[in-house]
Amino acid sequence: MPALLIKNGRLIDPSQQLDRVANLLIEGHRIAGVDVPDQSADEVLDAAGQIVAPGLVDIHTELREPGLEEDETIESGTAAALAGGYTSVACLPNTDPPIDTQPSVEFVRQKAARARHCHVFVLGCVSKNREGRELAEIGSLVESGAVGFTDADRPIHNPELLRRALEYCLMFDVPILDHPEVLELSHNGIMHEGVTSMVLGLPGMPADAEDVMTARDLRLAEYTGSRLHLMNISTAGSVELIRRYKARGIRITAEVGPAHFCLTDERLRTFDAHCKVNPPLRSQHHVDACLAGLADDTIDVIASCHAPRASEKKLQELDLAPFGMVNLETTLGLVVTHLIRPGRLTWPQALAKLTVNPARVLNLDKGTLQVGAAADVTIIDPELRWTVRADQFKSRSRNTPFEGTELVGRAVRVLVDGQTRFQLA
Amino acid sequence: MTGETAELMSHPAAWTRRDLLDLESLSLAELTTILDTACAFKRATDGCRTRLPLLGGKTTANLFFENSTRTRTSFGLAAKRLGADVVDFTASSSSLSKGETFIDTAKNIEAMNVDVMVMRHRTPGAPWLLSQHVRCAVINAGDGTHEHPTQGLLDIMTIREHRGDVRGLTVALVGDIAHSRTARSNIWGLLKLGAHVIVCGPSTLVSRGWEQYGVEVAYSLDSILPRCDVLNLLRIQFERQSTRPFPSVREYALLYAMNAARMARAKKDILIMAPGPINRGVEVTPDVADGPHSVILHQVTNGLAVRMAALWLVCGVKDRTCPPATGVPTGCVVV
Repeated sequence: MPALLIKNGRLIDPSQQLDRVANLLIEGHRIAGVDVPDQSADEVLDAAGQIVAPGLVDIHTELREPGLEEDETIESGTAAALAGGYTSVACLPNTDPPIDTQPSVEFVRQKAARARHCHVFVLGCVSKNREGRELAEIGSLVESGAVGFTDADRPIHNPELLRRALEYCLMFDVPILDHPEVLELSHNGIMHEGVTSMVLGLPGMPADAEDVMTARDLRLAEYTGSRLHLMNISTAGSVELIRRYKARGIRITAEVGPAHFCLTDERLRTFDAHCKVNPPLRSQHHVDACLAGLADDTIDVIASCHAPRASEKKLQELDLAPFGMVNLETTLGLVVTHLIRPGRLTWPQALAKLTVNPARVLNLDKGTLQVGAAADVTIIDPELRWTVRADQFKSRSRNTPFEGTELVGRAVRVLVDGQTRFQLA
Repeated sequence: MTGETAELMSHPAAWTRRDLLDLESLSLAELTTILDTACAFKRATDGCRTRLPLLGGKTTANLFFENSTRTRTSFGLAAKRLGADVVDFTASSSSLSKGETFIDTAKNIEAMNVDVMVMRHRTPGAPWLLSQHVRCAVINAGDGTHEHPTQGLLDIMTIREHRGDVRGLTVALVGDIAHSRTARSNIWGLLKLGAHVIVCGPSTLVSRGWEQYGVEVAYSLDSILPRCDVLNLLRIQFERQSTRPFPSVREYALLYAMNAARMARAKKDILIMAPGPINRGVEVTPDVADGPHSVILHQVTNGLAVRMAALWLVCGVKDRTCPPATGVPTGCVVV
């Protein structure tokens, strides 16, 4: 078996509370040794000054295939994931048709295997056709490989359906991932409701639209005892509710995306459709609450919330432009620039939210450098300064509000199953 | 050519904008420049009756993606008074119904060598998007519920004509503040010129958020009425409301209609304004709309003067130097 020694790097693996300069040995496609002495190997990589981490895991990625290939394909999306340092992504079922049957799960897995970029895990629909009426065939979907269930950007509106879904998932030990939003309070909304939306005359999406649904979801998670993951949290109210329920020992997890820890609704002042996301960019008060929730581990996961949209869709009036921004290739840089360098999170804390925590949400044996685990490794240059240029994205879409922004920190080499699949030119 | 016309030929140094998109971002100097220019144009044209051909050889295009009679006619007439050619474009007669984006439509019209585009659109910010994709000047003729700068200017011009100065006056904007672009443009213009601004209407249509800009927020017209020098009565925008924010039109009229009984409690020299179209019997009764305090038709005439001034000012600026936005993006958290 070919051996690869990555030496002198700062090895950070939150799954085993590891953070020291050490050597990592890979044999074949598995981790063979952590903290091993210098030794000969078929290939030796000097990672001095760099961070050697478990491959990043994203549990909130839209790959858009089948049906929406103008935005992204499984090939382009997983290439983008690699370039961003991810070795595993779980993709949302908001495709056309939605992923609510066994063949559709198998289609995604086959396409992903053929692309040979990163691992792809499939999230299935909670409800048939994502209509929020009847449960999808969750058991069959689990059998064909689905690892969690969500109706993606559509909140599970009917509380009875959510309750049944949570209860039904108990027997498969898979989580429900919900996007908490009361549509009646936010419909036609374009941005966060507040003073900025008042000045701009743009229809608002109040924070309460999220808070009310978060509260409902948490009650039902407590009542059913099932695993609930709250996607894309953005409000002070949600963070506070999650903190309270976690203190009571309820099995819940939560994520935030880059949009909600480094941008505010003031960005809409340029009427830039790239800043139109759901949940919307919030005011500083909410951003501060998300930062606090990340710091005290109320928020377990930093997700990319990668939502690629073709330029012809985004280059429209704000009411017609769809929600979403691409983030697979910018999330790590944003985490380093906005969370680690200002001292809001330590490297191990941030990496936990990018590796082992998201893996645990979906029961994946990823996000770890334990001996015997698949050798998914991301080598990060923590000091590398680079400028976001959307035309260099591997993603098929360019809808980023960070164009031209200088970031610090980037994945320079990414290994999947022991093989280098991405190397920064 | 009269002396005053000759003076008008020189473009004021204070105006450097290629576009007129909003009043929020205008400086006091820019605001007074455009108001003073409008007054001068009105004088030089015998009250906007005669031509002042300063824009001979120029072409303006009216791009109205939303219905309008008054504003479109006013812009068209203003351009003609200045000697420009006018192209009219309506959404229904356009390729928009064939699936073309409005940016593509606008670029096609620009390729016919248009100098100014006057655009009305249902979506806030659409003129900003347009200004990023065309080289010609852009004037916002109303973008959804955001701003309607020339309406704000003509309202303020009307107050200045009748009162000499805006500073120190108490001006109440009454009605559907939430959905009113006229309200927003008035608020910014009036605040910059030193007026005391009150927004008054049902609590579902008036945000307390305005207080942080120094605007007084009131729900009872009767309680503020005795203090007001000017009332600007806004139309209820039923077409922009998804759920009705008050129980009935009858109840609205009961609380907010300006009628003879309320006139009796108002200041003797109060000005009654309305941006139109007015709903007689809802926000204002006919006797008040047509009464001696009403300056509603003066507003319409001043609209011509303001639009002549706007067209001329933006035509005098060759390139877009300042970024076409209400402000620098400040949303990135500083680290």
